[in-house]
Amino acid sequence: MTRVRGIAWYTILIGLSLLFIAPLVWMLLTSFKTIGEATQVPPTVLPQEPTTRAYEVLFASDTQTPVLRWLLNSLLAATGQALLILVVASMAAYAFARLEFRGKRILFGMVIATLFVPIFTLIIPNFLIIDRLGWLDTLWALIVPGAASAFGVFFLRQFFLGLPRELEEAAQLEGANTWQIFTKIVLPLSKPALATLALISFLGNWNDFIWPIYVLFSPSQFTLPPGLSILQGAYDIDYPVIMGGAALASVPVLILFLITQRYIIEGVSRSGLKG
Amino acid sequence: MAQDLLAPPAASERTDSTAPIRRVGRVTPYLFLIPYFLLFATFVLAPAVYGLWVSLHDWDYLLPGKPFVGLDNYQALFDSSSAVFEEFWQSMQATGIFTVASVPLLVTIPLALALMLNRAFPGRTFFRAVYFAPYVLGVAVIGVLWRFLLDPNLGAVNALLGAVGLPDASPWTTGLPWAWISLVAVTVWWTIGFNAVIYLAGLQDIPRELYEAARIDGGGKWAEFRHVTLPGLRPVLTFIVINTVLASSNMFGQALLITQGAPGNETRTAIMYIAQKGLREYNMGTAAAMSYLLTLALLLVSVITFRLLRDRDAS
Repeated sequence: MTRVRGIAWYTILIGLSLLFIAPLVWMLLTSFKTIGEATQVPPTVLPQEPTTRAYEVLFASDTQTPVLRWLLNSLLAATGQALLILVVASMAAYAFARLEFRGKRILFGMVIATLFVPIFTLIIPNFLIIDRLGWLDTLWALIVPGAASAFGVFFLRQFFLGLPRELEEAAQLEGANTWQIFTKIVLPLSKPALATLALISFLGNWNDFIWPIYVLFSPSQFTLPPGLSILQGAYDIDYPVIMGGAALASVPVLILFLITQRYIIEGVSRSGLKG
Repeated sequence: MAQDLLAPPAASERTDSTAPIRRVGRVTPYLFLIPYFLLFATFVLAPAVYGLWVSLHDWDYLLPGKPFVGLDNYQALFDSSSAVFEEFWQSMQATGIFTVASVPLLVTIPLALALMLNRAFPGRTFFRAVYFAPYVLGVAVIGVLWRFLLDPNLGAVNALLGAVGLPDASPWTTGLPWAWISLVAVTVWWTIGFNAVIYLAGLQDIPRELYEAARIDGGGKWAEFRHVTLPGLRPVLTFIVINTVLASSNMFGQALLITQGAPGNETRTAIMYIAQKGLREYNMGTAAAMSYLLTLALLLVSVITFRLLRDRDAS
């Protein structure tokens, strides 16, 4: 009885898993097919004549779709923004969690309020501001504006509030100043939270689509997401190449997710409980 | 308690672990805030005000003159004889259709999934990660992948349907209502894990004693769900509903990449239209007015949702 139920249970779980995984496997398999095979009806599952042609096209030094450059740009933008968020959000979060100053409630309320405003509202004025700063068509446009992350401040503040205060007080008695307490005691104690925030920021920036397609113009400045949409236009029915591009954009983050999924899922569940 | 109040400040400071450290310079806190608030002021506060200013002008990005037009841009959105009226409301309607169709599924299916995954069984962490995995991919990957899979002629979806004897020629990306079904289904597939994980965290916060008490009272599984699980999840549910409504009404990438608004402009959402007006045709005054109207509508929906869920709680 329990054995039958156990089998039924795992059948459901595995069936559901296939639903989530199969499309991704299909993407990867298609990237190793020939154009003819990829568009053949009915489709084959496994590549009959496996070929790496799609990746040769993608990595060819062609100026129209410089995929390697996109990969590098994605990496630079996502890493750059994650680091910037860690620096500015941790400092602000520390002030909100531990220091006392005039206007604290109002400032914190302002930051939190922006969690509820759709970012899209600001896309047009932000485009104009980026233009004034001379950052259109540069990676700065992808790195800096999004670093005003209200989520980052909120997330780290919650973590800092939960840290025991004894160490900070001991350091203060020994004459450490606030900056020393922050960098020598608070930050080292917060490594898990900082890592989680860095990961979530990295993923968000790596996947961002709407902002880069409007502030970047030259193919050499693109990151992978806008790059994919021009691949789809440029190679039209060359599905192996398009799926290869999609695989290049997904495999790094899927691997990152596999290694760190505990932190990512934990961060997401904690971010959901902010309300 | 009374002793706490009477104790000297130093002692009470030590017992209250969330009280701020007192002995810091007056300027120090602000020095900690400056880097963040520089960014916040430049890319959040300034644009919020600047956008309003833009919406009051005939702001053609490419032309030097940007004459002040007062509320004209807003009025045009409500004037059926204006050039933007019809297309704007069609895009708002598209956003509305997508939101109404996707939110119920994105609230209920992840809850069912979370209830499944909340049971203890070997491999639970593995399955949780598998169901969450699509969410770590970006909308660009999801879009090009599903455009291929849903292609009416050579896509794997129709081939699979044909293989099991179902109709195999549905125009998933080019016809109605199929385009809507595709967009909703892809979005559910993509984001189901996100809501499920938040539900899971909520479920784990419900005290076990409540379930034990319900069992002693002799309620069945359904009674347990209605009287313990649902009330315990109420704050999480409120968050999920509001967050999902906001996310769904911001839908953009899926429609841009999968249906491209097809068959005509029926699946072109409000954000797609605003982006096209403002950032492709450079009519930024109109586009800014539209985005404020959309934001206002969304805030209204959030407030109503919040009140509905809270009022039911009170009764």
